[in-house]
Amino acid sequence: MAHDPAPSDPAATTPHAEAHEHKHPGWQTYVKIGAILTAITVWEVWAYYIPSLVASRIFVPMLLILSAVKFTMVVMFYMHLKYDHKLFRALFTGPLLIAALTLVSLMFLFGQLVARLGR
Amino acid sequence: MSAPAAHHYTSTGLDSRKIAIWAFIGSECMLFVSLISTYLIYKGKSLVGPFPHDAYTSPTGESFPPILDIPVTSASTFVLLMSSLAMVLALAAVQNKNVPKHTTGERILGSSKLWLWMTVLLGTTFLCFQAFEFTSFVHEGLKLQTNLFGSSFFTLTGFHGAHVTAGVIWLVSLLAIDYRRGLGPADALNVDIAALYWHFVDVVWIVIFTLVYLIK
Repeated sequence: MAHDPAPSDPAATTPHAEAHEHKHPGWQTYVKIGAILTAITVWEVWAYYIPSLVASRIFVPMLLILSAVKFTMVVMFYMHLKYDHKLFRALFTGPLLIAALTLVSLMFLFGQLVARLGR
Repeated sequence: MSAPAAHHYTSTGLDSRKIAIWAFIGSECMLFVSLISTYLIYKGKSLVGPFPHDAYTSPTGESFPPILDIPVTSASTFVLLMSSLAMVLALAAVQNKNVPKHTTGERILGSSKLWLWMTVLLGTTFLCFQAFEFTSFVHEGLKLQTNLFGSSFFTLTGFHGAHVTAGVIWLVSLLAIDYRRGLGPADALNVDIAALYWHFVDVVWIVIFTLVYLIK
């Protein structure tokens, strides 16, 4: 198709800042990402209905990893963080790391994570 | 948003509006993590049912099945994921508005109205799924004040639903502008900012779906 790849947003940056940016991917990449996201979701739901897998130790880590993969794909490709200025990456990953650390700390503090890992 | 592209450059050379939306999204991460933490801390601590994944019989003999409906929520998750795809195609269509389109496929891909409509419809469908879920939970005996699960579940998913609602209203306003004067490359940043918000709402749901619905 003709409009592939899309130019980076002309209104967002000056020429100076544009040197740090790369072109956004085309629609084929977006559709592929959409298909992968759907496949991972089907995998997650399929796993939920297998009692032996749910009872196993790998179930929770597997779901967390799959969720993290989906999260990363949307952020990197749909939100263009892979292609945008590193300041945007810092503005997102900084608070996200603090939030993740807070979540893990609270889970340890209230014994939820220890209970889950030890089951 | 009525006039296209009044630039707001900062000393970094980046537009201040885009820096602002990323900073806003960063702060929203903190908000949702606090809500998710609350849900996880209270998980399994409810004294009375209904429970999310287990059946419950009350002392009076009333029985409650597991309340979460995974097939329905899986469908709504798929709908929200596809809305993100439609949104990113809407942004690409706006950015490439001036590129000549020769084939039907190019015209479909280049129609910002089509993809914005698609995003709005999928977002509204997700909200309908959530309304259905909430009302069925209430009919099955789970309310905000029933137990710790009800309080933390309705607060978390309710906040997310409110964000989706705000996103749908934002997208409808973009559609109105597109019908009134057309969205072009000069408006790409405005659409990009709305798209970033929409994708953020999507990634929050990715986390909620796993932590609340799938992990027992």
